[in-house]
Amino acid sequence: MSALGELKSLKGQRQTATKRDTLAAYLFLLPWFVGLLIITVGPMLASLYLSFTDYNLIQPPEWIGLDNLQRMLGDDRLLNSFKVTFLYVFISVPAQLALALALAVLLDRGMRGLAFYRSIFYLPSLLGSSVAIAVLWRQIFGTSGLVNQVLALVGIEGRGWISDPSTALSTIIILNVWTFGAPMVIFLAGLRQIPRMYYEAASTEGAGKRRQFWSITLPLLTPIIFFNLVLQLIHAFQSFTQAFVVSGGTGGPSDSTMFYTLYLYQRGFQNFDMGYASAMAWVLLIIIGAFTALNFYASKWWVFYDD
Amino acid sequence: MTTDTGLTSRTGTGGGHRPAVASAPAPQWPKRFRSVLKHLALIAVALLMLYPVLWMIAGSLRTQDQIFQAPGLWVGDPQPQNYVNGWQALSSPFGHYMLNSATIVVGAIIGNLVSCSMAAYAFARMEFLAKKTLFAIMLMTIMLPIHVVIIPQYILFSQLDWLNTFLPLIVPKMLATDAFFVFLMVQFIRGIPRELDEAARIDGCGHARIFLRIILPLMVPALATTAIFTFIWTWNDFFSQLIYLTDPEMYTVPVALRSFIDATSESSWGSLFAMSVVSLLPIFLAFLFGQRFLIKGIATTGGK
Repeated sequence: MSALGELKSLKGQRQTATKRDTLAAYLFLLPWFVGLLIITVGPMLASLYLSFTDYNLIQPPEWIGLDNLQRMLGDDRLLNSFKVTFLYVFISVPAQLALALALAVLLDRGMRGLAFYRSIFYLPSLLGSSVAIAVLWRQIFGTSGLVNQVLALVGIEGRGWISDPSTALSTIIILNVWTFGAPMVIFLAGLRQIPRMYYEAASTEGAGKRRQFWSITLPLLTPIIFFNLVLQLIHAFQSFTQAFVVSGGTGGPSDSTMFYTLYLYQRGFQNFDMGYASAMAWVLLIIIGAFTALNFYASKWWVFYDD
Repeated sequence: MTTDTGLTSRTGTGGGHRPAVASAPAPQWPKRFRSVLKHLALIAVALLMLYPVLWMIAGSLRTQDQIFQAPGLWVGDPQPQNYVNGWQALSSPFGHYMLNSATIVVGAIIGNLVSCSMAAYAFARMEFLAKKTLFAIMLMTIMLPIHVVIIPQYILFSQLDWLNTFLPLIVPKMLATDAFFVFLMVQFIRGIPRELDEAARIDGCGHARIFLRIILPLMVPALATTAIFTFIWTWNDFFSQLIYLTDPEMYTVPVALRSFIDATSESSWGSLFAMSVVSLLPIFLAFLFGQRFLIKGIATTGGK
């Protein structure tokens, strides 16, 4: 059961615990407790407080109420970073998941060489978040990079994909789609749980491959699609490294790769505008939370639970 | 815990689900033809996926001019000098940054293994007050974006005088803050038969001994998965290392590589590629030797 499934099923379980058990368990949980307080909940509350202040790390925080939020509404670079991030998330995640699903179905059980293909398709997921691959991307999509060299072979004149504001973001979207292997492996695991007899029955009834996909595979896979969607959305909203390295830390050209997290980094850790950056962080949390909640809510209509 | 990542049932060559008896006797050769077509398509996709990386490896052995002119993979006149130049390009030899990264990786792995397995044992095998609530909180922290905690953490660590040390990158791992691994281990422990614990309990073992003597040895696969994922994620981690390590002496591989780009300004791609290849080598080795655990890990926590 996935983490999301766990959260759902927690409702309605009863508790039976003695004092002695509780004490022993809390000892096991001690490191986690300390971490939860000092590394997670404490800082969360502190950043919530800071988001209502003006704070530059040197002078003590000064309470300014909702000024940061108001400033955000008038901050064109920030509003642009929303646009960039949303474009990135809502193009790259569906594309990545569609590719992952397509290849998972193609690779489904019985396939000779499955383990080999699965490994090759999975590898980019491990490399994709590294600086080295972002470095590579800079060269591949550069003015005389690999892409243009290949295009020249077929007589097409390329352009500086990264230096052109209208295409720079696309190169990072491609990078994210390239890492479809991780969701693909999750799809493969999900496919394996669909009872074979469904297909056998459908086959005797005369249903073709295509019909089997739409009537059996897809409905029974919706919980996994849902899981992957939530996971990848949360992940994509927080993308940072690729945009940072590809744009040389600027979010350029013309802010076309200025991801929300990159702008947050610039405000917080380059300008030490810590109050503003904290407010941005909380807005990000609320956005991610809202999309996750929306997903859960909408899942009632399209996710099919077998049990 | 029910997913099986091995190559299970095979039928025919085409990978169809259709059992031979049930379907009408389809002619054999179109099926074979389709299978070949499918493999060709998959190989094409695989090549397309890997080509950029292969091309980077080739580029790491090429001169500057060749990199900008040769879309192919053939390296006529290899330039191992790129590796020597790249290794020495920054203020310290590249090995220094690799050692920094390795130090953090080792600390993070030990921290995650110890703290996450303890928490996981409690959640999987013990009954205690507020378990349900705490477990829900733990699951929710998996999805928490780092940005809502990083600023106060930065302030905290700067007040402790921990900036430009590895402590901000290691100490949180000792406190089970990578809740993903707690969850992964809980899932695994739940699959271990409870009879084993019961037998040990009858023999008079307490929780500490059951954990150390029975559960821990049985959960080695989950520990391996955790170690490998921690290795790869920490090695690749850029955001927090960029924030906490600003002294060139303390740079890790990703941060050093990034400063390499700034220092070279497009003039020595060969050595930049060479160091990129070097930086990916540990990830590739982890993948090579640990892919069984990696794939099982994401399949079991992702699957239903």
